[in-house]
Amino acid sequence: MSFNRKDILGLQEMSREEIEYILDTAVPFKEITLRPIKKIPTLRGKTVINLFYEPSTRTRTSFELAGKRMSADVINISTSASSIVKGESLKDTALTLQALGADVVIIRHGMSGAPHLVGQTIKAGVINAGDGTHEHPTQALLDLYTIREKKGQVAGLKVAIVGDILHSRVARSDIWGLTKMGAEVVVAGPNTLLPPELQSLGIKACTNVEEAIKDADVIQVLRIQQERQEKGLFPSLREYSRLYGINHERLKYAAKDVLVMHPGPINRGVEITPDVADSNQSAILDQVTNGLAIRMALLYLLAGGGGEV
Amino acid sequence: MKILLKNGYVMDASQGIEGVKDIYIEDGRIAAVEKNIERAADQTVDVQGKYVIPGIIDMHVHLREPGYEYKETIATGTRSAAKGGVTSLACMPNTKPVIDQQATVEFVKNKAQLEGMVHVYPVGAITNGLQGERLTEIGDLKAAGIVAITDDGNPVMNGEKMRHAMEYAKMFELPVLSHCEDKNLAAHGVINEGRMSTLLGLKGMPAIAESIMVAREIMLSELTGAHVHVCHVSTAQSVEMIRRAKAAGLPVTAEAMPHHFALDETALHSFDTNLKVNPPLRRAEDVAAIKEGLRDGTIEVIATDHAPHAIEEKEVEFDNALFGISGLETLIPLVITELVHKGTLTFAQAIEKMTVNPARILGINKGTLKAGVEADITIIDLDQQKTVDVSQFASKGKNSPFHGWNLKGWPIMTIVSGKIVMKNGELV
Repeated sequence: MSFNRKDILGLQEMSREEIEYILDTAVPFKEITLRPIKKIPTLRGKTVINLFYEPSTRTRTSFELAGKRMSADVINISTSASSIVKGESLKDTALTLQALGADVVIIRHGMSGAPHLVGQTIKAGVINAGDGTHEHPTQALLDLYTIREKKGQVAGLKVAIVGDILHSRVARSDIWGLTKMGAEVVVAGPNTLLPPELQSLGIKACTNVEEAIKDADVIQVLRIQQERQEKGLFPSLREYSRLYGINHERLKYAAKDVLVMHPGPINRGVEITPDVADSNQSAILDQVTNGLAIRMALLYLLAGGGGEV
Repeated sequence: MKILLKNGYVMDASQGIEGVKDIYIEDGRIAAVEKNIERAADQTVDVQGKYVIPGIIDMHVHLREPGYEYKETIATGTRSAAKGGVTSLACMPNTKPVIDQQATVEFVKNKAQLEGMVHVYPVGAITNGLQGERLTEIGDLKAAGIVAITDDGNPVMNGEKMRHAMEYAKMFELPVLSHCEDKNLAAHGVINEGRMSTLLGLKGMPAIAESIMVAREIMLSELTGAHVHVCHVSTAQSVEMIRRAKAAGLPVTAEAMPHHFALDETALHSFDTNLKVNPPLRRAEDVAAIKEGLRDGTIEVIATDHAPHAIEEKEVEFDNALFGISGLETLIPLVITELVHKGTLTFAQAIEKMTVNPARILGINKGTLKAGVEADITIIDLDQQKTVDVSQFASKGKNSPFHGWNLKGWPIMTIVSGKIVMKNGELV
C-alpha cells in the first residue's frame, strides 16, 4: 500500500492496514538504532520542529533523536521561551513555523484537538505528540510494535489497561490501535477515572483490577497523577496503590508470560512496584527504544519522499 | 407611507386569521387585514403564494453592545435580525457594563432607537454585575423598560438568592429567564458528557448539570408563584420535568434553539469550534425529546441564543474557544427545514412559537396583525432553497456550524413599523 497522510493526528481515523504499514516501516529503523554508527542521510535538508506546550522528556527527546539520526535539522521550541508567552495564538505560531520552512511539525499540547487546528492551518505534516486527554498516537504505535515484537502478533491477545483512563490520551490511542489490530481490551480503574460509554468502543471496562488482568497477555499500567487526587477523584495515592497498584502478588492473576508495559514516567511504588517495573516481564525500556524506531518511520513517511532507508 | 400587501397567505394566531388576504399598512401601523383591499398605496407588493405572518420575535439574543462592539453592535445585530426575518428581539444583559442599572437600559434603548433596524427589548440582570450576590433594582429596571430578568450564562447558584429574585420579580410581573446550569456539576466541561467526550478527550458537562437546575427552578416557581422561563432546553430530562410542571399548572415556560434540534453531539467529531455552545449539543435521544416537547407544546418558544463572536475567538484550541453560535440569520430556515418540512410541527405551530408565545411571555404588544398595532410583518417563502453562507451574514459573528447547509424555507421580506427593511434576502 501507499501511505498518503499529511498528518498523524490519531489512531481513531487510521485503518489496520495503515497501522501495520507503519509498524513494518519501523522494523528497518529499529535495526539502524542498534548499529554502532546510527546516522543516515534520509532527511538531509528537511526541517523538523518540535513544538511542545507541555513538559516532556522521552517523547521530545525521542522525536529529536529520530530527526537527528535521519540528518534532519531539528528545532525544539518550548513554550516558556517563545512568543507564546507574549500571547501568540496557536494559529499564528503554526503559520510562523510554516513561513520558516518547516517540513514536519511535532506538537504536544495540553488541549485536545490542538494538533488538528495546526494540521488544518499549515501545509507541513503534523504529528500529534499528545493532545490533552485525546490521543497520543506515536505512543500507541510503539506499544503495538513492542507487543508484536515480544508476542509475535497483537491479534487474539488479551490486553489490560489499568489506571486513569479518563485523563489518558495513551489509553485512548491504545484502545483504537489494539482493537483495530484484533486484541481483546479490558480497562480498569476507579469509577471516577473511567469515562462514560467506554463499552461503545468495543472494549470491557471494570473497576476490579484482578478481573481486568485475569489471564491477560499484556498489562499497560498508566501513570497516576497527584493532581487528580487534589481534584477529589480518588482519596489518596495510598488507597489507589492498594486497590490498583500492579505488584507481583497481583500479576499471578495474569497469564504466566504476561508482558508489563508503562508509557512512563513511572511513579515507582504507586501504580507499579519497583520489582515489577524492573523484572524480566517488564518491557518498559523496550518501549522507549521502539519509540525511536516508530518516530523515525513516521518522519520518513511524512517527509522522506520515499528515499532509500 | 402606505403599503399594500396583495394576495399573501396571512396567518395570525392572535386573531384566528388564516387565508388569502391583503394587508393595508398606513403610517407604520396595520390599517386592515381583509380580502381584496382596493385602496391607493405608495407601494403595492404582490406576495401571492407566500406566507404573511406577524413579525418574528427572537427572545434570546446577545447584542454585545455596550462593551463588546468588536463582536456585534446594536446596529449590526439588529440588521442581522432584519435579514433573518426577525422584527423584535430581547437582548441579554451580559454586556460590559452589565444591564443592571437604569442608565444601561436607557443606553440600549436609545441606541436601538437611533441605529437599530428592529425593535429591541432589553432584559435586565438579576444580580449586580451578574455576580449572583445583590439583587438589581428590578423595579427601576422595569420602569426603564426591561421585559424580563436573567443572569444568563452566570446562573444564580445560590438557591436562596434565586428564591428572593423570583419573589421580587413577581411583584413586577417580570418573567425570570433561567440559564439552567449547575456550575459545579458542569465543572468547566466544553461538550456534552458521553460518548463524544470520551472519544475526543474533551471535558464533558453532564446533562444533569442542566436538569437539576431545571428541577430547582420549577420548585422555586411553585414556592414563589413566579413565572420561570427555562432558556435553551437541551436535555430529555428537562423536557420531561417542564412537561410535568405544566401539567401541575405551574407558571413555567420554555424555549428551544435551532442548534439543539438540528444537530446532535456526533457532529463534533472534527473539533469544529463553531459547534461549541452552551448548553452543548446533546445525544440524538435528547434531540428527539426536544422535538417531542416542541410538538406537544411543552416547549412553546423557539429562539436563537444568537451569540456572535470574533473569528479569533473561535479559531483557537477547542478548550479556549468561546461558547456560542451566530443564529439570527438561520433561525427561520432551520425551523422550516428541520421542523416543518420534516413534519414535527405545522407551519402554524412553528410560527406561534416565534410570535404570539414569546410576546405573551414578555408582555409585549407584538406577534399580532391586529388593526392599529405597529406593522411588523415577516413574509416567508416555504419553498425557497438557499445555501447558508456566513460571508453574507449581516451579523459580525460568522460563527455558524450551518455554513454550507442547503435549507428550504426562507424569509423574503421583513417589515418593521411599516417600513420594508429586508427584501429578497437583502437589507433595504
